[in-house]
Amino acid sequence: MSILTSLLLLPLFGALVVGFLPASNAKLVKQVALAFSLLVALVSIVMALSFDRNNSAMQFTEVRTWISAFNINYAVGIDGMALVLILMTTILVPVVFLAGWNESENGRWNVKVFYILLLILETMMIGVFSATDVFLFYVIFEAMLLPVYFLIGGYGSGERAAAAMKFLLYSLFGGLLMLAAVIGLYIISVNQGGATFDIARLSQLSIDSTTQNWLFLGFFIAFAIKAPLWPFHTWLPTAATSATAGTSTLLLGVLDKVGTYGMIRFCMSFFPDATKTFTPAIITLAVISILYGAFLAIGQKDINSLIAFTSISHFGFITLGIFALTSQSLTGAIFYMVNHGFGTAALFLTAGWMIKRRGSSQIADFGGLQRVAPVLAWSFFIAGLSALALPGLSSFVSEFLVLLGAFAKYPVAAILGTLGIILAALYVLLAVQRAIHGETPASSAGISDLNLREKIAIAPVIAILVLLGFYPKPALEVINPTTQTIMTNAGVSDPAAKVVK
Amino acid sequence: MTISTNLVYFIALPLFSSGLLLLLGRKADKWGHIFATLVSASVFIIGVIEFFAMQSREGEARAATQKLFEWISVGSFQVDAGLLLDQLSICFVLLISGVGTLIHIYSIAYMSHDRDRRRFFAYLNLFIAAMLLLVLGDSYLNLYVGWEGVGLASYLLIGFWNEKPAYAAAAKKAFVANRVGDVGLSLAIMIAFTQFGTVTFAGVKEGASGASAGALTAIGAMLLLAAAGKSAQFPLQSWLGDAMAGPTPVSALIHAATMVTAGVYLITRSNFIFDASPTAQLMVVIVGAITLLFGALIGTAKDDIKKALAASTMSQIGYMILATGLGPIGYAFAIMHLITHGFFKAGLFLGAGSVMHGMNDEVNMRRYGALRKVMPITAATFGLGYLAILGVPPFAGFYSKDKIIETAFDSGGIQGILLGIITLLGAGITAFYMTRVMVLTFTGTKRWDEKARPHESPFLMWAPMAALAVGSVASGFLLNSGSALVNWLQPVVNENQEYHSEHLLPPIVVSIMALTVVAIGVAIAVIKYRTVPVVAPENVLGITKAARKDLYQDSFNEAIFMRPGQKLTAGLVNTDYKVVDGLVRLVGWVVQISASNLRNIQNGYVRSYALIMVLGVIALIAAVWMVTL
Amino acid sequence: MDISNYIYLSAILFTIGAIGVVVRRNAIVVFMCIELMLNAANLAFVTFSRIHGNLAGQVTSFFTMVVAACEVVVGLAIIVAIYRSRRSASVDDASLLKR
Repeated sequence: MSILTSLLLLPLFGALVVGFLPASNAKLVKQVALAFSLLVALVSIVMALSFDRNNSAMQFTEVRTWISAFNINYAVGIDGMALVLILMTTILVPVVFLAGWNESENGRWNVKVFYILLLILETMMIGVFSATDVFLFYVIFEAMLLPVYFLIGGYGSGERAAAAMKFLLYSLFGGLLMLAAVIGLYIISVNQGGATFDIARLSQLSIDSTTQNWLFLGFFIAFAIKAPLWPFHTWLPTAATSATAGTSTLLLGVLDKVGTYGMIRFCMSFFPDATKTFTPAIITLAVISILYGAFLAIGQKDINSLIAFTSISHFGFITLGIFALTSQSLTGAIFYMVNHGFGTAALFLTAGWMIKRRGSSQIADFGGLQRVAPVLAWSFFIAGLSALALPGLSSFVSEFLVLLGAFAKYPVAAILGTLGIILAALYVLLAVQRAIHGETPASSAGISDLNLREKIAIAPVIAILVLLGFYPKPALEVINPTTQTIMTNAGVSDPAAKVVK
Repeated sequence: MTISTNLVYFIALPLFSSGLLLLLGRKADKWGHIFATLVSASVFIIGVIEFFAMQSREGEARAATQKLFEWISVGSFQVDAGLLLDQLSICFVLLISGVGTLIHIYSIAYMSHDRDRRRFFAYLNLFIAAMLLLVLGDSYLNLYVGWEGVGLASYLLIGFWNEKPAYAAAAKKAFVANRVGDVGLSLAIMIAFTQFGTVTFAGVKEGASGASAGALTAIGAMLLLAAAGKSAQFPLQSWLGDAMAGPTPVSALIHAATMVTAGVYLITRSNFIFDASPTAQLMVVIVGAITLLFGALIGTAKDDIKKALAASTMSQIGYMILATGLGPIGYAFAIMHLITHGFFKAGLFLGAGSVMHGMNDEVNMRRYGALRKVMPITAATFGLGYLAILGVPPFAGFYSKDKIIETAFDSGGIQGILLGIITLLGAGITAFYMTRVMVLTFTGTKRWDEKARPHESPFLMWAPMAALAVGSVASGFLLNSGSALVNWLQPVVNENQEYHSEHLLPPIVVSIMALTVVAIGVAIAVIKYRTVPVVAPENVLGITKAARKDLYQDSFNEAIFMRPGQKLTAGLVNTDYKVVDGLVRLVGWVVQISASNLRNIQNGYVRSYALIMVLGVIALIAAVWMVTL
Repeated sequence: MDISNYIYLSAILFTIGAIGVVVRRNAIVVFMCIELMLNAANLAFVTFSRIHGNLAGQVTSFFTMVVAACEVVVGLAIIVAIYRSRRSASVDDASLLKR
């Protein structure tokens, strides 16, 4: 059993252990769940340390037969891209546990169920990034919806049931298209003499261009809904406003990354021709997402939907980086996924604390927070600065790389994208001005500052944002080989500098 | 170029101090201000040591570089966190840390009653760190980090008293206007990378000669946009007046002496781009000339002492930008004016702060008057700064401003004459509005509020003012003697000595012309402001009305960008709900309606089910039958 | 006699049965109509058996009879049970499925 499989099974085992604990002892449940999530984080860090940076192939691979009739395997393995995303996941889960220590209390079910769902979700989140078998990926991709559905519907607020249903239907629709494409791909592999679901072998298939286009669309729409890209985004604000802060963090920070991850892992490697065909259209969608998300974020009154729309803008950047397909833009996009995970986590968690203390999620109901809760206000401010990609924070490195890489090939798209950074300043600073600055109204006077538990939860997130901003080398080093592999597979090389010395 | 000294302290010390003071919170309240001031002073001392070390080296060896670590490395895009201390950056290092330290000292007293004084000093140190990174970075991307860093510091300091909504709005406005400029800088970096494959100053300089004119002009135009944002030049000037919301020491340090001059630094640093692109140079000159007059005109009508000085800053930076557009010789004069301006404008602002300190934070000059008697030291230091900005010999401004006017005349042809006249005119208007400030504040009759008890400021405040006044007096002469600064900067800006030989007008004629214009400006102001009404008169010329409203810059921005932007946002929010999400909800609605209609069939009567079955079978048979036919 | 007449008879019987199921309300009558339909089908099976000259149809009709017998047992039991509780054998009264 490879370390990757142990990492996968550990949260599941944790869920099992939590299941046997007495439901009446909520504190014990939380402590055990937290202990398991910390253990998972530790194992993942150990795994990262033994990861070979110079090797661009899949590592820690393990293959076991699952359904032999269709050549379906339990096949896992990770490359640099998967590694950074898994690390992000395993670090965020304990943070979410710690940050939302009490958010499970007012749910439809008891505390135990909440943590079982989250631990199962963690297994799936790790699994979805490490699956090297398309069928396994698909199963986890769909199964992941269930814990999230129950987390939103059971522990959210407001119209949580409707939001959960909207999320589920949207995702199922996308999943259905993907299933059709997966089956199509399998049939092609059968026709070409080797029935397989293995990613590496599927990307060797020769597929005619029409078929490629249809299958590409099947995968892409599923991922565009997941990511989400304009115009498939409307489930996100609804879900984000209804879910708990922790669920939103995992939903936007990790689950949505499956969309952009899938675009790289599947769309690009299986269908290189179709990728070229659709690139102009997708880059257009990406630019629309950047600007559209930013404008809508400016116009939001609810703090959670504001964060959701900033994410739509950021996913536009990621998609732009992926499909511009230069080594800078692609590495930037992958790094962006990680930074967005931590940045959004910081935003949602701090916003969640603000909402919980004030009892309202309307930005207009806050004000002068800096005076009464300085640490909370600063955390929110730094999270906001990360959203507007201030140099010195990691999001700057990735956003700049995306734009720099995209500019070499698609200057117009990059220039339009660059306008997004002005809008980013507007939406972040408007929210900061309304929520943190100004005089403290009487209704906010009683807001207390962060307690020790909350400080411990937010500190690693902010530390990572700052450290990777000044010293992104550890992440970039791991991501670069993956980027090179993808570029080589696609037969693309970077545009050369115009002036040769 | 390979001398390596340890430059990291320049940035690390103030950054560490800033972080420490912010993280420790209230625990550092007692000693935070002293600590921050000591850090700033030690940075200045390191700067002085480095300066003398540089002087002991010769020629090429003067510049020093240091690679800290590999920052970003992706494919062919390799950027190190590297520092470069050359003849140009040392000028800025000394100015920033020197003036910065004086302003730290001043602030100890000025902010002594503020409960958040420690936070203020943390921000000041953050600013010093970012500004030093800006001038010490060895590539455009490193510069960009400092560039946005000073923007953040400026945002935090303008909004320092953000309990007042207007101040919080001013901070946001400054940041957003700066961001528009930042877009220019990031695009310039992107173009540079696609052209040259590198973004270091050295690499771009090497490649610049081989690039196409179009590319160079594009980079130049984008750099100019960046400079316009940071240095409050036309058309991105509107934030500077509002930025006066920050505490006065901030206005002196950031919005007069150092940060706003970053645009001049950027253009001077990129001299190899501008020298190779006459089009870009022309744009620079035009922007400088417009802003020079724009700022000066606004300055004539402002009653708020800080806003009058802010308009003056805008105008003076216009001079510098104009100078940088005049080719190799202009850079040195721009930097000279930048340094002298740093001294006298910081001094003027600190003087204004001192007046406000004594007058219960009153900023309206119409409520001042006759303060000369109660604030003699402030009046004296302010007066020296006043003489310097006017360009009266032998004060600092005389050397730097006259050189710019001269160079403008010498730039050749009609352009030269036009620029010469504009710069002369600017000098005249400057004399007018500065005399107005002087007269309204320090002479004439008392127009104070009844509660005002003006008093001289404490030693900690007037000592820095005095130091800056000394700079206002002597810096010009020192920098100009034996063309010291011009020669010093020569390796960086590649200044061609032959430029000196031809003059359209002899320097002495230019000086006399300038002094005449200044005298006229002073005379008009003195005559006009013999009596000053406490309330600003309404029946004034149209140009005065326009100048009071900042020449409608805000109205313009509101009409062209803000309101359409708001409408667009509101429209998109609406569209998103009604159209995009509407389609989704439509699908849901159709399913619901058809489901509720179909439900009627399930009426519970067995015979109706049977009938449907029969009908179904009949339909099926009919279908099969039809197909087989 | 033309053997196809048996088919016609079967069709007529089936139609009568089907109409009876749809229009009558008494559960017993509905039940008898269903029997009628089943037997119409049986008749058709036997006829086809004759036409094709093999026994498959006849065998099937035996199966049908067995199934019909089972159905009668269960069906009548249900009808009796409903009658006991509701004092009515009308199928329209037993429309609980709607709710």
